[in-house]
Amino acid sequence: MAVIDRHKADKAGDALFKGVSYFFALLVIVLMALIFVVLFKESLLSIKAFGFKFIYTSVWDPVAGEFGALPAIWGTVVSSIIAIVIAVPVSLGIAIFLTEMAPKGLKGPIGTAIELLASIPSIIYGMWGLFIFAPFLSEYVEPYMVEYLGFIPLFNGAPLGIGMLPAGFILAIMIIPFISSVSRDIFQMVPPILKESGYGVGATKWEVIRKVVLPYTRSGIIGAVILGLGRALGETMAVTFLIGNSHDISIALLDPATSISATLANEFTEAVEDLYLSSLVELGLILFVITFIVLALAKLLIGRFSYKGGNL
Amino acid sequence: MDSQSFHYMRRKFYNLLALSVSVLSAGFGIFFLFWILKDVISYGLPAMNGAFFAELPAPPGAEGGGLANAIFGTVLITVIATVIGVPSGILAGTYLSEYGRKSRIASVVRFVSDILVSAPSIVVGVFVYALLVKPFGGFSAIAGAVALSIIMLPVVIRTSEEMLKLVPDATREAALALGAPHWKVTVHVVYRGALRGITTGVMLAVARVSGETAPLLFTSFNNSFWNFDMSEPTATLTVTIFNYAMGPYEDWHQKAWGGAFLITAMVLCVTLLSRLIVRRRAA
Repeated sequence: MAVIDRHKADKAGDALFKGVSYFFALLVIVLMALIFVVLFKESLLSIKAFGFKFIYTSVWDPVAGEFGALPAIWGTVVSSIIAIVIAVPVSLGIAIFLTEMAPKGLKGPIGTAIELLASIPSIIYGMWGLFIFAPFLSEYVEPYMVEYLGFIPLFNGAPLGIGMLPAGFILAIMIIPFISSVSRDIFQMVPPILKESGYGVGATKWEVIRKVVLPYTRSGIIGAVILGLGRALGETMAVTFLIGNSHDISIALLDPATSISATLANEFTEAVEDLYLSSLVELGLILFVITFIVLALAKLLIGRFSYKGGNL
Repeated sequence: MDSQSFHYMRRKFYNLLALSVSVLSAGFGIFFLFWILKDVISYGLPAMNGAFFAELPAPPGAEGGGLANAIFGTVLITVIATVIGVPSGILAGTYLSEYGRKSRIASVVRFVSDILVSAPSIVVGVFVYALLVKPFGGFSAIAGAVALSIIMLPVVIRTSEEMLKLVPDATREAALALGAPHWKVTVHVVYRGALRGITTGVMLAVARVSGETAPLLFTSFNNSFWNFDMSEPTATLTVTIFNYAMGPYEDWHQKAWGGAFLITAMVLCVTLLSRLIVRRRAA
């Protein structure tokens, strides 16, 4: 009798434990759905008022109640592209260094140092950028950039040290650890025999990397880059400090601009009118949709690659 | 012969060039790490004094005072976020590793958590604002804690799943064969085996959220005074750094550097410590 009771208790315990853990697993999916639903509901007012015009108009006038998201979307996309352009070659360089070149004793410390960059909070990057990096840029870098490269419209503008380019540069430093650590893991999955056959026919290290390692890992590396892009798109505090918060669209990258996240961080608590608040929430919704798509793509590319490796 | 040796030289040259670029890249990353740390230390350390830890902020423009309430607020909100986020994350991770495994629902949960890990934290702030701040009439510490727990949740899920998966199936089978029910095997055998890894993962997640600013800007907001009421706005170190660094006073900037030093030192120590723990286990 006692045995049967215990058996029953065990069964009940099993069902309960499984049920509770199942509940929390499902909670994540519910949470994701809820974020979409709540953001959509809160932005209905603005969606009704502006429709698709919200996305392609560029007037942002809280006083007149006119809201167009184009400058913010433009800033988010352009600053992230700048970050990617700078971060990808550097990150791949770091990943190559760590997998193919670094002596055993250096691999650990240098890998850790790069990963520490990822653990520094975003607000520290922002503050350091504003107080140290921006004055440095405006004194030693940007005046020369305007003087010697100013004939290209992109490298023109006010050498203030804050603007689209400085924001993109800080973003690049922030996403380097993500791209390089994912690429390093992927590089390590190249079967040694492929590389050895390259060396066997007399290829140099660079030739093995370019003709064996990179082609073999292509989709995973693209995934890593897109993951970095996803990170850059949503980054808030560093961009808020450095981008300059101007709702004007300028082709000159040294000029101040704004981004979705910076607009939210600066204006959300000041928005008292319903339409203003609703427009800001819609900005958040747009950001969430963009990053969702980008991250899902990255996940698919990296995931497909790593299954080939096959182990846990 | 000459053209061949030229060809060989060219290949050597490109090899050397590519390898130097990759060494320079590593140097680039490390250079910025040390540049940032150097400034955080050299500006932040002088701001550390008794008043910094013990006193309330001085009125705007006045010298002196400290960030005691913000330090307390960060600890309070992080602790509540941990209490909400860690158990639910570990349980969801348990589902993935012990029950769901290769099922479709488990892969959907993994997919969604991987996206949530990298989702913009400011959007989480907007979401919690719409969910908890607007309907309940004001900024509150609890809203900030919920926002941080949402950011923490996917991190805890993924690391606890990874750590639980490291426990070999043979261990589970041995315990099951003795007649122990599945849940007891999970709690007494699998958790015990993965304890160190999960603790490390949780520490990293806690460190990460304690440095978050964006999700707190419009949830816990700010406060110039002590606050022990969960339903009231509460100051945190990160939001205070943001406001002070953007503000006009030299004294504020100094306080902001002090806060930055405190947060950075804490996060870096936890990160390095967890690396050491992981490495010792691997050895």
